[in-house]
Amino acid sequence: MSTGWNREEMAARAAQDIPDGSYVNLGIGIPELVAKFVPDGREFIYHTENGLLGMGPPPAEGERDLDLMNAGKKYVTAVPGASYFHHADSFSMIRGGHIDVCVLGTMQVAANGDIANWSTGAPGAIPAVGGAMDLVQGVKKIYVITQHTTKTGDPKLVEHCTYPLTGPGVVSRIYTDLAVVDVTPAGFRVVELAPGITFAQVEEKTGAPILPAEQG
Amino acid sequence: MINKKVASVASAVADIPDGATVMVGGFGSSGSPIELIHALIDQGAKDLTVINNNTGNGEVGLAALIGNGQVRKMICSFPRSSQSKVFPELYKAGRIELELVPQGTLAERIRAAGAGIPAFFTPTTVGTILADGKETREFDGRPYVMEPWLKADFALIKCDLADPVGNLTYNKTARNFSPLMCMAATTTIVQTRKLVASGAIDPEHVITPGIFVDRVVEVSEPVHEDVLIAAQRSYP
Repeated sequence: MSTGWNREEMAARAAQDIPDGSYVNLGIGIPELVAKFVPDGREFIYHTENGLLGMGPPPAEGERDLDLMNAGKKYVTAVPGASYFHHADSFSMIRGGHIDVCVLGTMQVAANGDIANWSTGAPGAIPAVGGAMDLVQGVKKIYVITQHTTKTGDPKLVEHCTYPLTGPGVVSRIYTDLAVVDVTPAGFRVVELAPGITFAQVEEKTGAPILPAEQG
Repeated sequence: MINKKVASVASAVADIPDGATVMVGGFGSSGSPIELIHALIDQGAKDLTVINNNTGNGEVGLAALIGNGQVRKMICSFPRSSQSKVFPELYKAGRIELELVPQGTLAERIRAAGAGIPAFFTPTTVGTILADGKETREFDGRPYVMEPWLKADFALIKCDLADPVGNLTYNKTARNFSPLMCMAATTTIVQTRKLVASGAIDPEHVITPGIFVDRVVEVSEPVHEDVLIAAQRSYP
């Protein structure tokens, strides 16, 4: 019996909501899998912060170029029509509102769209922010892909983030293993339940009030 | 006649003094000017403030400069990675300072310094702890945070082609912060894979115009940080 979506199914579900021709930035982890599930008939152009628009898949064995990396410092390729540019141009694309969609992982996301995904704030931890704060403020639509709860079962969809914020009120939609959830003026609202999952199960694992999918 | 060529990496970095602020090009391993950094280790300048997106990997290049005790403070956006251990150990021991700057803000602060703009407003960090204590102002009803320019005394840069007047091209994503740093440093020192004659680079293809470059040294077969790390090398 099917119970929820796995990582690839979450990524595939998110890919369905990205329009043809979108400029897309994918975060590290599950978001990277979105590139494997571009719906038929659509083309996405991938941006990576370190200066490449038109990022392609990882290179074949023996064909890697040491000067061609993505923001996660993995070797990648460039598709026909790609361009290279310096960091100020790259973040002009981000901050200037030219990137259509950013898909990110997260530690917490709140009912008002706040996201916390860069630091636990724990004493002694080495803070590292990278481009996350620029992305959440600058990209037109911020989608989050995440497990609904942490490994220890704590909700990741919460009333208020307890970790330091990456940005306030920026997330519009969340894809979890249990459901697709929108951030609305009234808080979390289920858009779609994963196969075999009930609204009551989602409600139980969500750390804030959540509304059922609108009928009709 | 202008000729910015210098004979060796050692002579290129010889006058970097103790206490200098040094920008180092590169994003992770790509574009890291390993030979210039190693020359700076040999030269021995101490108490440096270093600006780079990261803090180096393994025990070569930037990580080796930090590990050699020459760096007082790092200004970067992402000070750790799967292969960085030198900086994290010193940081946890309280032996090195860190100024954490979001990546786009870091790039723009460097660009602003090169462009003669002392400060700018950005939406990045609004509503976060990284905006604490900073001036904010509303434009068109939205809040923005003021960030100051970021200058340096020296920049260490790796490029692909250079000519004697200092025009530069880069290779793929090895470009990253380097064109910005060339603009923002008082003295910009470049290692090039190939030094070509003036006119050999099509003016339409120049990425960094020579006005932003002071010294060019040819390093014809530059080592890549990833290759050194795979071979478990350390420096010195």
